[in-house]
Amino acid sequence: MTELLNLFIVFAKIGVCTFGGGYAMVPILERELAEKRGWAESTELLDWYAISQAMPGIIAVNVATFFGCKRRGVIGGIVATLGMVFPSFVIILAIAAVLNNFADVPQVKSAFAGIRACVVVMIITTVLRLWKTSVADRPAIAIFVPIFALSAFTGVPLALLIVASGVAGVAIGAVRQGRGK
Amino acid sequence: MSGLIIYLRLCYEFFLTGLLSIGGGLATLPFLRDMAERTGWFTIEQLVDMVAVSESTPGPIGINMATYVGYNTAGVIGAAVATLSIAAPSVIIIAIVSKLLARFRENAIVKNVMYGLRPASLALIASAGLEMARLSLLRTAPELDFLSRVDWKSVILAAFLLPIMRFRKVDPIIMIAICAVIGILFKF
Repeated sequence: MTELLNLFIVFAKIGVCTFGGGYAMVPILERELAEKRGWAESTELLDWYAISQAMPGIIAVNVATFFGCKRRGVIGGIVATLGMVFPSFVIILAIAAVLNNFADVPQVKSAFAGIRACVVVMIITTVLRLWKTSVADRPAIAIFVPIFALSAFTGVPLALLIVASGVAGVAIGAVRQGRGK
Repeated sequence: MSGLIIYLRLCYEFFLTGLLSIGGGLATLPFLRDMAERTGWFTIEQLVDMVAVSESTPGPIGINMATYVGYNTAGVIGAAVATLSIAAPSVIIIAIVSKLLARFRENAIVKNVMYGLRPASLALIASAGLEMARLSLLRTAPELDFLSRVDWKSVILAAFLLPIMRFRKVDPIIMIAICAVIGILFKF
């Protein structure tokens, strides 16, 4: 019970701090779950993101469910998701009920311009940190570079890129095994 | 519409949106647009406003939109119904996938698939970062040349933050709060 409550609180905390969608959440997840608590490996987070990207649903919710399921099964998945969703639920209710032109308030705009710069830097430093563990050798670089280029500069559906990189992983594995024999 | 029926419709519409939108960020947007046209629950203008609100509040846009539309259509309970409905498909599908993943973790093919997915996942995160950098460091004014579009205050803040966040252990949550204050003080 205490652990479920903790799960809810940690994800509510993550939910409060996730500005700018599922990917902006990576640095905070990494810090809260991997670095601070040792509840998950950084590479696991990447696995969940990749799978979440190719699955239906909202990425942030998918990742929360993955983690919750890992800790405490299906109930854990539900609790983590509820925690993740709770802050935005309350905030949007407040905005819908009272603050109609919330997004036009100058101070709000300024605060978020500052936050956005911070989120950009957070993502850059996270990518640099995770590079060592997830892009460990040349074949992995050969996957990273084209996926980055295609996702950044073309409109190829991301789910397709994920499927292709999974296939590439299997092919690389097969080549390695062939060499080993 | 009477109470129960509107809840059921909200549940149906948002469950479907959660089920059909694959991928992150604005993947729910086309489905919400379609919903606006079919149901008349909200206008396209409200949808655009909501994108702006979602960018300035925490939380995924799909969740925010569900809460907002649910509230405007059927009050607080409507908001809860719509929000839970859009999250439900994710929870169901991922609960199943995570069970399968745990069972086949040691399988050679699963291991190879994961080997391929990790760099791809990091590449997608990097490209989302690039997109956010473009949005936050450049102003949207296509008529201006590149240099006049640069938002220097944000660039300076980012350049200042980069070494701090790279080489010191700082809590991202505290950094976000500090940057919000800097944004307000220096009128970003």
